[in-house]
Amino acid sequence: MRILLIAEQRQGKWNKVSFETLAAAQQLATETGGRLVAALPGQGIRALAEELAGYRLDEVLVVEHERLEPYTADGFTLALRQLIEREAPELVLLPHTYQVRDFAPKLAAALGRALLADCIGYRYENGRVVFVRQMFQGRTAADVTFAGPPPWLATIQAGAFRADQLERGSSPAPVRAVSVELSPEQIRVRPGELFREAKQAVDLTQAPVIVAVGRGIKEKENIALAEKLAKLLGGELAASRPICDEGWLPMERQIGSSGQTVAPKLYIALGISGAIQHVVGMKGSRTIVAINKDPNAPIFEIADYGIVADLFEIVPALNEALEQSASS
Amino acid sequence: MKIAVCVKQVPAKDAPLHIAPDGTWIRETDISFEMNEPDSYALEEALRLKEKHGGEVVAISLGPERAKQTLKEALAKGADRAIHIADEEFYRLDPLAAAQALARALEPERCDLVLTGLQSDDHGFGQTGVLLAELLGLPHATIIMSIEVQDGSLRLKRELEAGWFQWIELPLPALLTIQSGINKVRYATLKGIMAAKKKEIRTIPRTELLPSLAPTQKLERIYVPEKTKKTEFLQGPPKEVAAKLLEKLKHEARVLGSS
Ligand SMILES: Cc1cc2nc3c(=O)[nH]c(=O)nc-3n(C[C@H](O)[C@H](O)[C@H](O)COP(=O)(O)OP(=O)(O)OC[C@H]3O[C@@H](n4cnc5c(N)ncnc54)[C@H](O)[C@@H]3O)c2cc1C
Ligand SMILES: Nc1ncnc2c1ncn2[C@@H]1O[C@H](COP(=O)(O)O)[C@@H](O)[C@H]1O
Repeated sequence: MRILLIAEQRQGKWNKVSFETLAAAQQLATETGGRLVAALPGQGIRALAEELAGYRLDEVLVVEHERLEPYTADGFTLALRQLIEREAPELVLLPHTYQVRDFAPKLAAALGRALLADCIGYRYENGRVVFVRQMFQGRTAADVTFAGPPPWLATIQAGAFRADQLERGSSPAPVRAVSVELSPEQIRVRPGELFREAKQAVDLTQAPVIVAVGRGIKEKENIALAEKLAKLLGGELAASRPICDEGWLPMERQIGSSGQTVAPKLYIALGISGAIQHVVGMKGSRTIVAINKDPNAPIFEIADYGIVADLFEIVPALNEALEQSASS
Repeated sequence: MKIAVCVKQVPAKDAPLHIAPDGTWIRETDISFEMNEPDSYALEEALRLKEKHGGEVVAISLGPERAKQTLKEALAKGADRAIHIADEEFYRLDPLAAAQALARALEPERCDLVLTGLQSDDHGFGQTGVLLAELLGLPHATIIMSIEVQDGSLRLKRELEAGWFQWIELPLPALLTIQSGINKVRYATLKGIMAAKKKEIRTIPRTELLPSLAPTQKLERIYVPEKTKKTEFLQGPPKEVAAKLLEKLKHEARVLGSS
């Protein structure tokens, strides 16, 4: 299968999911027996392209244009459409980043082809590739295949493949510049500056223990229960997105793809279902404890210790036991 | 300003899910449904824009008969009218087909702004809004956390990864996909619920908008995912479970001091 990988950089810095996606592309190219080409869109990115050429692949295409920096959905869609039509790959793989979410569906619609978004794995069986993605917020998995003619587009979720399994090439792959045409009036979006909200007061990445609350905590007042547990364990309090959306805890305590990524010694998830956008921010934790009343909650797929119960019964019992052992 | 909001009806968050016999969808009997969460934020944003700048809010949903309930909720909260694209087997549509049906229903409306959620809680395609933008020929922006209207254009706050944001500007008409947390969602009032009874829900069969399908992807089957880690489940009365867990954390996982 002829595979085209589209790598992502922003302002000269890699988005590292690019390399995980490259690992998936290498495996697929080996299994299906086909050419693997990587493309890098942007401006002033020659050095990054040379870096990419060190990995085992057949060619690297540098798609440079002054209107590809800064990123716009219009610019990327127009450029990549030209590239795909010219290079005619069968499978186009992209990392599932916020930037890709922003333009890949537009590219797919412009080509009239399918996009399988957020794939977490694949199987190659009977000459075709079956992609695995999640549905129902991770409560079910789904096997999905392409229908109709190529090119087919798929995006790969962060953490689904391992960049440390990337193979390097015996010699650098050839790097070729490809030109694309973009005129200013085709770009309707005017991108502005990137910024962060107010300075972070807590650094959750340094906490040895994190007690995180999800929607199962029900009310703002109940957070005190989790806060007490965090204190008794010498840790920090964190939350899933809906808790911060409600304003019950500040955004800086949010764990997940749009919040912080942490890997403490101990992560205790209270009433958190385990949606992929949360899990990518904490699955590197050494020991994961999940307390959830739903035995099928996806959080149990990655938990070391699971308690299927009402958190309002278990957490007070934990607090009491910890208080007793502290005073004895 | 004329604003369309795409609202999808999805299983309620705490609904127990069972896979249907044909293996490609869930059993719909005995579960309740609700408005997809980011869509309720999109609706709220549309209502606020209308309150500020005047105009009309049209809610649109593609789904089976039950989807009308979600449209009624949108009307009760303040949408002016609704469009229901009826398809009992909507779950079989690939995202491109769903977006095509939505686009054909929205084309004649000539809206200034189309809002969608950024992702649905059931299929979770994460792409319908952007597909729709391309099909309608509109500029778009995704994962929006704030909207300011300045004559003829929009100033938007886009969410990026890991706590980063970006300001961007778009000319109108445009399409935006809305992220949860952009605002505080209102509840429907009794007065709103009464008023909704008089508002129009126009039903268009999907087959009228999109008579034939040329699927670009196929959902083969859904299933309960296999566990990747061996989880040790602790059972018993709360006190006992708590003691067991602390014991394990001290002596097995060695993540707590054993004082
Ligand atoms: C682009 C994008 C970015 C996102 N970024 C993030 C992010 O950075 N971080 C993040 O967290 N999410 C993020 N999300 C949202 C994510 O998809 C989920 O919606 C969210 O993580 C769900 O939060 P939750 O687990 O707290 O709530 P729910 O999914 O509602 O889960 C609540 C859980 O609590 C359990 N429960 C209820 N009552 C009790 C009780 N009494 N005792 C025990 N258990 C109980 C339930 O069984 C359920 O499993 C993002 C989504 C998108 C599309
Ligand atoms: N059947 C539908 N009816 C109305 N809106 C929809 C439908 N499917 C998707 N959408 C909209 O598109 C967004 C993204 O959905 P998805 O691409 O399935 O993740 C949702 O948040 C809705 O706003």
